[in-house]
Amino acid sequence: MREILYREAIIEALDEEMARDGSVFLLGEDIAEFGGSYKTTVGLLEKYGAERVRNTPISEQGIIGTALGSALVGMRPVAELMYIDFSAVAMDQIVNQVAKVRYMFGGKANTSLVIRTQGGAGRSSAAQHAQSLEAWFVHVPGLKVVMPSSARDAKGLLKAAIRDDDPVFFIEHKLLYLERGAVPEEEEVIPIGVAEVKREGSDLTIVATSSMVGKSLAAAKELENEGVSCEVIDPRTLFPLDTETILASVRKTGRLLITHEAVQRCGWGAEIAAMAAKDAFDYLDAPIERVCAKETPVPFSPKLESYVIPDKDDVIAGVRGMLETV
Amino acid sequence: MIRLTKVKALWIYETMVRIRRFEERSIELFQAGELPGFLHAYIGEEAVAAGVCAHLTPKDQITSTHRGHGHMIAKGLQYEGMFAELYARATGYCKGKGGSMHIADQDLGALGANGIVGGGIPIAAGAALGLRFKGEKHVAVSFFGDGASNEGAFHEGINIAATWKLPAVFVCENNGFAESTPRATHQAVQDIADRAKAYGMPGIVVDGMDPQAVYEVAGEAIARARKGRGPTLIEAKTMRFLGHYVGDPGTAYGHDKEVGKWLKRDPIITFAEVLVKKKWLNKSNIDAIHANVNNEMEEAIEFARKSPEPELGDAMTDIYASV
Repeated sequence: MREILYREAIIEALDEEMARDGSVFLLGEDIAEFGGSYKTTVGLLEKYGAERVRNTPISEQGIIGTALGSALVGMRPVAELMYIDFSAVAMDQIVNQVAKVRYMFGGKANTSLVIRTQGGAGRSSAAQHAQSLEAWFVHVPGLKVVMPSSARDAKGLLKAAIRDDDPVFFIEHKLLYLERGAVPEEEEVIPIGVAEVKREGSDLTIVATSSMVGKSLAAAKELENEGVSCEVIDPRTLFPLDTETILASVRKTGRLLITHEAVQRCGWGAEIAAMAAKDAFDYLDAPIERVCAKETPVPFSPKLESYVIPDKDDVIAGVRGMLETV
Repeated sequence: MIRLTKVKALWIYETMVRIRRFEERSIELFQAGELPGFLHAYIGEEAVAAGVCAHLTPKDQITSTHRGHGHMIAKGLQYEGMFAELYARATGYCKGKGGSMHIADQDLGALGANGIVGGGIPIAAGAALGLRFKGEKHVAVSFFGDGASNEGAFHEGINIAATWKLPAVFVCENNGFAESTPRATHQAVQDIADRAKAYGMPGIVVDGMDPQAVYEVAGEAIARARKGRGPTLIEAKTMRFLGHYVGDPGTAYGHDKEVGKWLKRDPIITFAEVLVKKKWLNKSNIDAIHANVNNEMEEAIEFARKSPEPELGDAMTDIYASV
């Protein structure tokens, strides 16, 4: 299978969906001539024109509100928030408007819109450009939250998100944009709400999101040399959540480690831990472990940033700690 | 110049009566303990909703506010579904899940009352964009208050609409109070319409107690939007005759002293006088309009009272189109 960059997979998904459906259009800051801050819309202006690839003012709540209004009259907007950190500026529109209009209106509302954004640390972007805020959005009924970890997932899930009739908060990762991965040439739509077992194993289940999937796979490879067999599951969609794939794995391995780049406190991992503790209680052979960012804003210093953000070695240490407890 | 015809004038008068009577009866029902939640009455501001919506078709879109009953009635929503919603019944416009502050009907171009001050402004800009994409000559109108004009959403939504020359009209109902805060203590400008200049769009002040004036100004703005010439900011100077919410006497912040002179300009009384003078209405027509509205309303209230409450399972539907 051919290999392309994660950011190229995003462009392909947008391109194919815009070609397929005239009601799909893009809006966001610097997405037209500039091609997006992370070059995820390059070439689309030339192909689809300035009406459908719309540069916006730096007005995040304006972007989201405008996307919502256009969806309500039948469009399928894909809004880009340059950084997930900037979602804080648009929170009323995302949380009080986008997520709730369908319910508030008694079900009669077109809310087919995608909010694309990117998060994550690793580039010394510091405290306002490197957060992992996915838990905020998973917490809000009415939103779907997707977090692809590979080029293939990014493309297939973005296509599904654009076709979905619900608002989808689609979180990419700034370090993954330049990672290359196999993506089929033929059309592939990956359904929202389906996890993927990225690696099979028998001793321990690692549930990882976004950038932590690759780090977990690398950790599993090293641990294999020590005779430890880890299963790595990427939920891909944080809500709706494929609970069965996770629970089936935990029932098989008896151990669960959850890892994400967001801080641990009230993170998405806490929800997974609670679910497993309830629904796989009898199968657990060790306390559930979490490997997450330290509870601090993201520091600028590369040294400090790599200290607070979990890496492969943190996952390995977490796994070893769990095996020692037996 | 948009001239007010007899047909439109009578529609505006009847619509104002419909709004007034809806609000008066809602207050009675609320005070009798029949309605949950709370209410923000539109009484006094009827000329704005009626004068603007007289130009709109069901394909045109509006966004509204927490004080939204008037806009919804003027946009064509019916008493039955509205009362049923206030009664939190399954037959309400939102199946009893939205209530007073979220009444909406997408089929009638009513994109909702809105509990967040200013929240509807960027949504209206987006609706205008969507309408333009679809190649239709429809417009989006956003109603909001003087308080909303200090929200970031006002700035962002209006700037986008002006920059993209969207078919939108922004109608600021300046009733002089942002909840309990008088205008002079929350903004330095006398006229919110002045802010339009900063966005590169026309801003017009109109007497919000005069339905004909509102009709004419809104007509120009809506025609301009339909022709693709971009949005307009209309500031309608008006006054809510009651407190911020039903139960607020308005005494803590000077509303009670201010309101007296506005009561003399009650648009339902003054416009009836204008129409009688033009011989477009007479006393018996007026009585018939009121009687018809009252009859329809009492039937709608009975419909609401007899309607079923939502089932408990309904709490968990309409969150997503599909999961």
